[in-house]
This record gives sequence, C-alpha cells and structure tokens, in this order.
Amino acid sequence: MNEDFDQGLEVLNGQIDARVSSYFSSCVHCGLCAEACLFYTETGDPKYTPIYKLEPMRRLWFQRHTLRGKVAKRLGLSKEVTRQDFADWEELVYDSCTMCGRCSMVCPVGNDIVYMIRREREGFSKAGYAPEGMKAATHRALTIGSPMGVTLKTLRAVLVHVEKSVGRPVPIDLKGVDYMALFSSMEIVNFPEYIESLSRIFDAAGVSWTISSEAFEATNSGIQIGNREAAAELVGRVVNAAEKLGVKYVISPECGHAYMAIRWEGPNLIGRQYGFEVVHILELLDQLRSSGRLKLKDKTDTPLTLHDPCQIVRRGGVIDQPRNLLNEVASRFVEMKDHGDMNWCCGGGGGVSANDRAEPLRLKVFQRKKRQIEELGVDTMVTMCANCRIILEEGLEHYEMDTEVKMKSLTDMLAEHLEPSPG
Amino acid sequence: MIGDLIDGPLWYFSAAVFLLGVLWRVFEILRAGVARDLAPPRAGGSAGAVRALFSRFLPRRSLVKTGKLQLIAGYMFHLGLFALLFFAAPHVDFLEERVTGFGWTPLPHWAFIVASEVAFAGLLLLLLYRLMHPVTRLLSSADEYIGSVLVFVVMLTGCLALARSFEVLRLVHLFSAELLLVYFPFSNLMHAFTFVISRSYTGANMARKGVNA
Ligand code: SF4
Ligand code: SF4
Repeated sequence: MNEDFDQGLEVLNGQIDARVSSYFSSCVHCGLCAEACLFYTETGDPKYTPIYKLEPMRRLWFQRHTLRGKVAKRLGLSKEVTRQDFADWEELVYDSCTMCGRCSMVCPVGNDIVYMIRREREGFSKAGYAPEGMKAATHRALTIGSPMGVTLKTLRAVLVHVEKSVGRPVPIDLKGVDYMALFSSMEIVNFPEYIESLSRIFDAAGVSWTISSEAFEATNSGIQIGNREAAAELVGRVVNAAEKLGVKYVISPECGHAYMAIRWEGPNLIGRQYGFEVVHILELLDQLRSSGRLKLKDKTDTPLTLHDPCQIVRRGGVIDQPRNLLNEVASRFVEMKDHGDMNWCCGGGGGVSANDRAEPLRLKVFQRKKRQIEELGVDTMVTMCANCRIILEEGLEHYEMDTEVKMKSLTDMLAEHLEPSPG
Repeated sequence: MIGDLIDGPLWYFSAAVFLLGVLWRVFEILRAGVARDLAPPRAGGSAGAVRALFSRFLPRRSLVKTGKLQLIAGYMFHLGLFALLFFAAPHVDFLEERVTGFGWTPLPHWAFIVASEVAFAGLLLLLLYRLMHPVTRLLSSADEYIGSVLVFVVMLTGCLALARSFEVLRLVHLFSAELLLVYFPFSNLMHAFTFVISRSYTGANMARKGVNA
C-alpha cells in the first residue's frame, strides 16, 4: 500500500462530510464522552477523551471548512496539521479506540464520535501512520485471504474434523442453496466448534447452506485500519462468491466487526446493493426459533451473563435476538448493569487485538469488564463474537479469574441444547 | 448620542451579522453533503432523527452518576437562560417591538429572580468545572472562555439594568448583547442551532441500523 503524508492529509480532508462538520460545530467540549470511554475511565488520562482523539481532523476541518478557520490560518492563529501531529495521535486513533461507539451514545449534542474516528483512520493509514500489526493483518487479508493467514487448505483440514464429528459432509460450493456461511479466521483456528454447531443446527432445522471455497473469511481488516480500497476489495470477494453461487442470504458469523463490514459498510464500499441479504447468525437462529424450526430442549441452571459485542449490538442493532435465544436455554441468565446498547467493550475491537503494542493498555482497560463480571458473581459468560471471546479469555487469564469464569459461544450453547430430530 | 447608536444602527448591524452568520455556518456544514447509505435499513431514519433530537435532552442512565455535576449545572444554566431570554418582561417587550410584533405573558418578578440565580449558578459551576477538570481543561480553547465570559457579562448587566431601571445600565446591557450576537456565529455558541443537525444525523443513521440513539 503506498503511503504518503500529503495524500493522507487530502484523504482526511475528503472524509469531512456534512455529518462530520455538524459534529465539530456542535461540540461544546463538555468532556462527557470521556466518561463513556473505557480508555479514559480505566486510566484517568484526559488524552483518551474520545473527541480529543479527533483533534487532527478537527483542526483540518476548522482550517479548510470554516471561514473563521481560513482567516485564523492566514493570520497564523491556527497551527497546520503536521507529520508530528499524526505521529503523536497514532496511538490515540488506533491503540486507544476499539470503535465500540459507546461515546456516541452519550454526547449531549448527539455527535457520533466513532463515525469520525472510522473516517479519521482513512487519512492516518494513507499517510502511513497506522500500527504495524494492523498493516500486516491487512496485507495478509489481501494476499492470503485472511488476516491471520488462514488458507482454504487450513479450512479444509478443520472441516475434516467437523465432518467426522457430525457424521456428514459440510457442503462446499453448492449452487442455489439458501444460505452461504462466512467465518472469521479466529473461529476457524481457535473455535472450530462453531462450524460444527452450525452444521448440527442447520441439519436439525432443515436449512440449505454452503461454504464458498472462494470467500469464507468474513472479517475486514481494511475497515479497521481505515483503507477503503482494501475494505472494498475484501467485501467484493464475498459479494462475488455469493452472487456466483446464487444464494439468497449470506450469514455473518459470531464476529462483531465482520458484521459491521458485510452488513452495514459493504454496500457503501462497493457502491451498490447486493443481490442477496445479509443476516447475522443470531438473527437467523432467532428467526428459526420463532418459526418453530429450531427446537431446543432443557435449560441449564448455571448462572450466566451475556457480553454484548459492540458491533453486533450497539452498532449493529442485533439486540433482542441473543436475549431471546439465551432465555430459551438458560434459566438463570442475568444482565450486567450496563448491557445491550450501553455495554462496555472487551477492549479488543477496532483492530486493537491485531495491534501487539496496544496489549498492555488493552489489559489495563479490561478492568472495566472485570468489575462488571465481579459485580454479578456469575461463573459463565456467553458471547457471540470470537474476537471478544479470545480477548475476554486473555483478560480473565491475566487477572487470574480464568478458573472461576468460563467463556461460551451462544451458537455453541444452542447446539448443545438442540432437540434431536426425530429422523 | 452613543445611546442612539447602541439602540439603533448597532442593534441592526449585530442582528444582521448574527442572522447572516448563522445561516452561513449552517450552509458551511450542509454543503459537503452526506453520501446516500446503500445498506438496506431495518427502519426509516426520520423517526430516529426526531427521537434523538428529543431523547438527547436527557442523559443515559449510566452517565447520571459520573457526569452528575455537569449535568445539573448544564440544566440549571440552559433552563435559566432560556427563561430569561424569552420570558423576562423587558425581553418580551423588546422582542414584540423589534422582532415578532406580538407579545406573550412574561415571568413575574420573583420568577425572574429565581431564573437568573439558577442561570448564574449554573454558568459559574460550568465555568469552574471547565477550569478545574483535566478533561475539559484539555479540550477547552479561548473560544469557550470568551463565550462564557460574554454570556456572563450580558446576564450580569441585564440583571443590574432590571434591578436599577437605569437607562445607562440598559444601554450597557444592550451593547454587551450586541457583542454577543456578533461573536455568536463565529464561535461554539453555534451549538445552540447545530445540535439539531448533529442529533438528527446520528439518530437517523442509528435508527436505520435498528438502534435508538
Ligand atoms: S460529549 Fe459531545 S459535546 Fe461533549 S466533548 Fe464529547 S463530543 Fe464534545
Ligand atoms: S468508540 Fe469506544 S473506545 Fe473509541 S473513543 Fe468511543 S468509547 Fe472510546
């Protein structure tokens, strides 16, 4: 990817649309967004205030999009945005923002702060000021097809185990079926049980589905780093594969950012609507439940709670479905104090988990989740994002809570409670 | 002579700068436009825009505790100022005579006193908070301080003018209000108008995704 500071500045300028202008015009610098951001609440450092992370973009907006800014710049009253600013802000723009969008829910003037951070990253990555870990992940995604370097060969090896376990083949490249399933590399490598669960549930519910050998990766590093071209290329691969197979739906897996990428950003990245619909796996499972096709037996009485992945719930709108489903299989499901659209992030979203240098900060801010879990005193936490799950497991291990608290995938849990089909 | 200037040409000048300035700022914001969202929405955006426009007048539950001081001071200042601006008896007369052509029932004197005390206390608390809290100190620029001081001066001269009914004080009040009007479009005070745009954009976008923002 060619990088250039001046081009980066122009790209950043091009990201300033009417929404961004209205947000900067409205900000009263009250600082309330800081109280919503785990990077501020857990460190107490004012530089982690969400709107402050946008200072380079704000200055550019002021100087290029307002009359008074243009005058101020002429008079030398407003400093140019420099390379040094980008270097200084890189940590704030990437390491200390998971794009969780919690700040956007509390701003009194209604600023969608994370909308701006997503756009600010476009300028930073073009200028070359992005974390090496994220650059490498994007490069792997473009060249190998997966940010973690997972290939079709790896997937096939995993599928051999899945097929052995479920006792029937997993459909690949089937044309004309209803659904095409996507996965995150994290699932393929660390949680292949998810594929097994999907296979069992779909068998039981009579869902016709397939995996495409050409596009099975759902995540999109291009969006996380802020590179529109890369992001569009990655979305385009999925769209082409799905349209080639002629499926009616594409299933976004248990991964938050993948859902944001394929469901909400994708059509805007490729500049057109798809020839199919995108559903999140839990939306689909909840539809199957309410139509009576997904039959669940018995409930566990283990006290458990739900961790809401930000991109699926707060930024994605899949809020009630996981709760409907969990209540079907758990009799002692309790909510955390801040949950649903006000949930606290695990700390690893927005590419932070692919950014090695951010690890100490990420573990520090995990204390917010730690307190939430401790307040409830439950020993099982269910979630529907493989990335959240890894981050939560690492956090629990770091704070030596892993012996008391176990993580579970919601889809896996449903598969465990599946009523055996009569046939 | 200076009195005539303040009461006449200067008033028209500042009112014109204010009006044109505000319109210009709104134009400056909207001219960049927003790309059409191609993702199939769960719901229409308009209802969400209206909802966010009103729902953001109230804080989210999880912010009530941590942002307590600012929230209380913010409500005190804004509500007090709103009452003074539109319901103080001299303002009702002034607006009737120069802007609207019709009047309405003003606040009784005691309510005026309460409103001004609440507004003053709110403004001072907000200013103190801004000066003392590390986050607001980092975020604030000269703009916020100039705006706060100007509003303070306008409120103070207004209260004095009413208490003393002294022509010079009325002119000082009017003059400071004129300064504020001229400063307004070039400052963050513009949030008094632009919050409608920002809340609507966010509310509409989030509603399309099925989230009440
Ligand atoms: S909460 Fe909103 S208005 Fe307040 S500082 Fe943050 S972005 Fe600005
Ligand atoms: S999106 Fe989340 S992590 Fe980023 S600034 Fe806002 S609250 Fe903080």
